[in-house]
Amino acid sequence: MSAGVELDNVWVRFGEFVAARDVNIEIKGGEFFSFLGPSGCGKTTLLRTVSGFLEPSDGQVRIGGRNMAGIGPNRRPTALIFQNLALFPLMSVWENIAFALEVKGVSKTERRKRADELLELIALSGQGDKQVSELSGGQKQRVAIARALAAEPEVLLLDEPLSALDLKLRQHMRTELRTIQQRVGITFIYITHDQGEALTMSDHVAVMREGIVEQVADGNTIYDRPGTAFVASFVGENNLLPGHVIEVGDSHAVVSTDYGPVRARATAGGLTKGDEAYVFVRPESLKFKDDENSRFDNELDAAIVHEEFEGNLWQVYLALPDERRMTLSMVNDGRALSHPPGTGIKLGFDADLAVALPKGPLAAE
Amino acid sequence: MGVIRYFQQFFNRNGLVLSTLLLGAVSFWIVFLIVLPQVFMLDFSFRFNLPPADLGGPKDVYTLSNYEFLMFGSPNNPEPLNTVDLSVFLRTLLAAVFVTLFDLMLCYPIAFYLAKSAQGGYARLMVLSLIVPFWVNEILRAFAFRILFGSTGIINAFLIWTGLLSEPMDFIQADIALYAGLGYAYILLMIFPLYNAIESLDTNQIEAARDMGAPWWRIHWRVVIPFAKPGITSGCTMVFMLSAGALAAPQILGGPSSLWFTQIIYQWFNTGGNWPRGSAYAIVLLVTCIAFVLLMMRLFKVKLGAIGR
Repeated sequence: MSAGVELDNVWVRFGEFVAARDVNIEIKGGEFFSFLGPSGCGKTTLLRTVSGFLEPSDGQVRIGGRNMAGIGPNRRPTALIFQNLALFPLMSVWENIAFALEVKGVSKTERRKRADELLELIALSGQGDKQVSELSGGQKQRVAIARALAAEPEVLLLDEPLSALDLKLRQHMRTELRTIQQRVGITFIYITHDQGEALTMSDHVAVMREGIVEQVADGNTIYDRPGTAFVASFVGENNLLPGHVIEVGDSHAVVSTDYGPVRARATAGGLTKGDEAYVFVRPESLKFKDDENSRFDNELDAAIVHEEFEGNLWQVYLALPDERRMTLSMVNDGRALSHPPGTGIKLGFDADLAVALPKGPLAAE
Repeated sequence: MGVIRYFQQFFNRNGLVLSTLLLGAVSFWIVFLIVLPQVFMLDFSFRFNLPPADLGGPKDVYTLSNYEFLMFGSPNNPEPLNTVDLSVFLRTLLAAVFVTLFDLMLCYPIAFYLAKSAQGGYARLMVLSLIVPFWVNEILRAFAFRILFGSTGIINAFLIWTGLLSEPMDFIQADIALYAGLGYAYILLMIFPLYNAIESLDTNQIEAARDMGAPWWRIHWRVVIPFAKPGITSGCTMVFMLSAGALAAPQILGGPSSLWFTQIIYQWFNTGGNWPRGSAYAIVLLVTCIAFVLLMMRLFKVKLGAIGR
């Protein structure tokens, strides 16, 4: 059983501080949904509001269509996986997993059987009698998942559960989490500040800033069609060209910048003539204009600052005439790159690969 | 070898002067204040109560007569056992157990509240109001309890005013004043170990248990209490030992018929003028208390080292 989660005009205030500001989100049943944002953006607050540890100051949380106001965390169909996992250190692995069943008054033999099934699901068969302290980080992680699943929740809430793991394990657990989610078929709500996690695992991502939901979309849209300047600067690398709008078309706008007019994609109604705007270009969308024949919608003069070889990629750091920094990345196609620092070069990019957005707050560097 | 290396390292780390000072202070504490008095007591307890002139003379030999007296009474005791002293002994131990359990039940909620629920300033105020009464001398506090529980005291007055009682109740005769006084005397020794233990519990574990549907009592039973077991043991041990060995509170708050075992010991030392017999009684109390505590720890599967945590 999986249930959808709806947040309707949810506000959470702590005294003067507003942790969540008029949040409206609809999460479908069986979906892998992520909240992505820098620390302090209010994503954990929202998770605690869904799990019932916090009541919204205003608005409504519905799970499976049912209003959750006044229903405590022990009576909600949710299970929360804590950032530090919060496994019970004085219980064995199987007792940890079976705790939710113990609460329900299930007999010991039945509990043990169910715990063994779950241990098999997380590929830890036969480890039930171990102490929690004997497990490795990744194993603890999986036990925490099994313990939460034992409660047969309709919604599983995960509060940055991978942040304590090392990089390799983290990448492995991403795939594992996604597989488990597809196998059990319940709704996963995942909190993270790591965009890689959010983009690889989720059906939908909500990007948050200072208690505000900036954009809700699938990973592709978030990356290719950011809805706000914050999303564009927070998710992935981006080059920024500030200016003001001089022309608005159906799908494109022209922004006058210090480096000449730049044509970029723009959503209809988002910008009007005269608005201050930011144009964002991804490093991988920037190209060198090597010969006179190649044509681009936009062209810029820049100078090489330095080049970095990353194996599969070249990262080229550039400076525009007023010292504004840009990054260009290109796939290593076997040609050696070596421009001495200071070399002048012409850059080009297509209007469809750049996006013009209203000026707004940016992600902190 | 290990011991020598340990001391070498200790001296290297702290320097000669500081090391000598520290070792000296600790040795003085252990030898002169703990070991020697107990050894003398032990030695005393196996001797006859002789006038000073006979000390060291031919009559000054070891004997079990003092322990015999506690078991069987004087030779012309018509009963098979020294029922008077033994029943006081048992009653003292039982009462100490009762006081310990009472303190545990009273202090656990307070300690949990302080450790997990109270907010900054509030918690400090509460700790302060727990500590401040202990600035008052123990004997004065016992007398204060006597006044509170007296027949014209505020508690009787209140109960009569509410109509629960029609005439004053003799709390002192019923030993209620004694239990309340003893319980209150050691409340801090229970709260602080409990507080320390509960405070170090990760709050997420409480929330995780709650999230999985556990009602409050199960959270305490399965998560908080197992975690706090070393603190509970340490608090219970101290309260039990100290209330079994208390003298001032029973002296002041005890009813005319209620004798505490320490009072008997006191009588032998003081009015009875029989130090060897007093020593024997004291040794029996000490050994029994230690044995009882160790038995309880074995029963509840707590290691001795856990108390020190």
